[in-house]
Amino acid sequence: MSERIYVFKRFERFWHWSQAALIIALMITGFEIHGSYKLLGFGKAVGIHTIAAWSLVTLWVFAIFWHFTTGEWKQYIPTLDKVDAMIKYYLMGIFTHAPHPFKQTALKKHNPLQRLAYLGFWVFMSPMIWISGWFYLFYADWAAWGVDQYLSLEWVAFLHTVGAFMILAFFIVHIYLTTTGHTVTAHIKAMITGWEDVK
Amino acid sequence: MFISTTRALTLGLMLVYLPISSSLASTPATTPTAMPVQAAAKAATHSTADHSKFEALKKSFASGPEVTQACLSCHTEAARQVQKTKHWTWEFMNPETKQRLGKKHVINNFCTAVPSNYEFCTACHVGYGWKDEKFDFTAQENVDCLVCHDTTGSYRKLPGLAGHPNYQDMEYPPHSGKVVKAPNLGEVARNVGKSSRANCGACHFYGGGGDAVKHGDLDSSMKNPSQYLDVHMAKDGLNFTCGTCHATAGHDVPGSRYAPTASDEKHGAHMRGKKDVNPATCQACHGTRPHSAKLAKLNDHADKIACQTCHIPEFARGGIPTKMSWDWSTAGKLDKDGKPFKLKDSGGHDAYDSKKGDFKYEDNVIPEYIWFNGKVNYTLLDTKLDPSQVIRINHFEGSPDDGKSKIWPIKRFTGKQPYDMVTNQLLIPHTYGKDDSSFWSNFNWDKALTTGMQAAGGEFSGKFAFVATEMSWPITHMVAPKTDALNCQQCHGANGRLDKVPGLYIPGRDANPWLDKAGWSIALLTLLGVIAHGGLRYLMAGKRTHGEQE
Repeated sequence: MSERIYVFKRFERFWHWSQAALIIALMITGFEIHGSYKLLGFGKAVGIHTIAAWSLVTLWVFAIFWHFTTGEWKQYIPTLDKVDAMIKYYLMGIFTHAPHPFKQTALKKHNPLQRLAYLGFWVFMSPMIWISGWFYLFYADWAAWGVDQYLSLEWVAFLHTVGAFMILAFFIVHIYLTTTGHTVTAHIKAMITGWEDVK
Repeated sequence: MFISTTRALTLGLMLVYLPISSSLASTPATTPTAMPVQAAAKAATHSTADHSKFEALKKSFASGPEVTQACLSCHTEAARQVQKTKHWTWEFMNPETKQRLGKKHVINNFCTAVPSNYEFCTACHVGYGWKDEKFDFTAQENVDCLVCHDTTGSYRKLPGLAGHPNYQDMEYPPHSGKVVKAPNLGEVARNVGKSSRANCGACHFYGGGGDAVKHGDLDSSMKNPSQYLDVHMAKDGLNFTCGTCHATAGHDVPGSRYAPTASDEKHGAHMRGKKDVNPATCQACHGTRPHSAKLAKLNDHADKIACQTCHIPEFARGGIPTKMSWDWSTAGKLDKDGKPFKLKDSGGHDAYDSKKGDFKYEDNVIPEYIWFNGKVNYTLLDTKLDPSQVIRINHFEGSPDDGKSKIWPIKRFTGKQPYDMVTNQLLIPHTYGKDDSSFWSNFNWDKALTTGMQAAGGEFSGKFAFVATEMSWPITHMVAPKTDALNCQQCHGANGRLDKVPGLYIPGRDANPWLDKAGWSIALLTLLGVIAHGGLRYLMAGKRTHGEQE
């Protein structure tokens, strides 16, 4: 009735879950640094935020390397093909249990809407959070870099926070969408085991 | 010296008259334990000279200048060296502002000024006999060696004696019933040594007319401070003397409040062979990135924030409150019998004194914080002022973007003092003197101001009133152990220490409210959206079972 395909390889799963942990840690500590609440204390929050950020940078270096050497980067090439069908599915079909318009394979594991979402991540959120975060982290070196007259901490912090809110919204939707497999936990199981049941 | 002239001045003045007596006076001449203590001190200094074996000192001395002559018979250049310093001249030319400063010239809002009050103020001069303008600044025997080099604790210069110690037993303060013994000058001379905290403190702890009055970060609790009070000077710790930082050569003590080093980023650590502009900065020992790698982010703060800002969380921490305001305008009230009187506040500190007016004391004071670039402008005798404004006796310059300023802690001292309503200049009262024009003898402002201004060489129209003034004092002593430094939240949070400092964006305290509203709204709507979507799926799932469940 259903076949199983091996969608997420071991490194990919390691990447995903460690990245998830780091991003959650970054959000919790980041919004504390931002002043939204008190949890760990400002100094500790900054310490963890910094360590998590550097860990994520390191992880990304490996992830980018992995994507290029395995050709998996092609999974993220955006397409508009069947996007309308996907949107229609999430707005209507999903409630009536209509068939999923996208057939997942090991070579095409992201549906067209996912690809667009990840494109948004790459084009907006990631540069926003990384570039602003980099300048935030190296605030003390602005003068040495000769950029101190062009930047203000207030604006760097503003853009970093914009990025953070975008990622928070992304995160909420992302978690919800994991429940939209053929069972509520199917996608999560796949991300843990690597194997996805495909009808 | 480091504390410099103004302080000294004030010290002098205040000292003089103040309650000084209590701490200084209590130890004096009598101390029977002096000898063993001195012997121990000598052993600790590694000195190669035992002054008790010097022929020139094996005699009794009738006066301070006589002792000085004996000192100079070996230390041939000492007096000349001292005579070049601010401690002697009470003058300082600020090279940047070109203002002529020094105790001789400045006016403050404590005892106000030295001219016409020399005999009293010069209790804190490193000399003997400065009782009026005719003092001979070239006479070597007028230099007072003992006040800085006494190790017995028995040598004390009382206000009113123009810099001399009392050569006979003397009741002090007058009518107090307390007797200050005359020091045994020979004994003091045979026990000289390096300047201790107590030597410097004899004047610098008592500036402004009494213990702790003026600075807030210097008082008699620093004589033997605990680790908590001063991590460098603690007797059970590093046991620094003042001179450990204010490393003195040729009797010239570096580190002056008249031209402070606000930012020492350029000079950094004090290395052997290096000519230091000011060895008394934190950076001179700790460098410009003093925190360990684990605390590297704190080093990033050091370019904009003076070390003192975090590491001196409060001043007047030694249990002795410092004076925070002084209102001269209420001075001169007399009781029913026409006598001056004093009132205490609930904490037992002077709240009113007919001689001086109203006071306010505080301890464990949280400093104010300002941008400071090291440049200080003074309101001097000839400065025109706008009496509708609070007059800044001294003004610390600085701004967030001049590239030279750091955020510094200061004590802001406020007061009211006399000014001339016609010339719009500050006035100097003749406060102390045995004549009948001094304020403290007859409580008549007209006479006191006339005589004071005559002595100061200034103009007095005869019309005076009181103007509100404020004075800033850098807080740089009483460095706490690192565990007692400010923590992050004390600035990075609501109601932080730096709330009044302009030009700052502080993460954790500052955030764009519109962005926060928009961001949290979007997050909330997203959450509601997925909940609605999921809820709908859940509801529809029930129906679905009739149909196409696989």
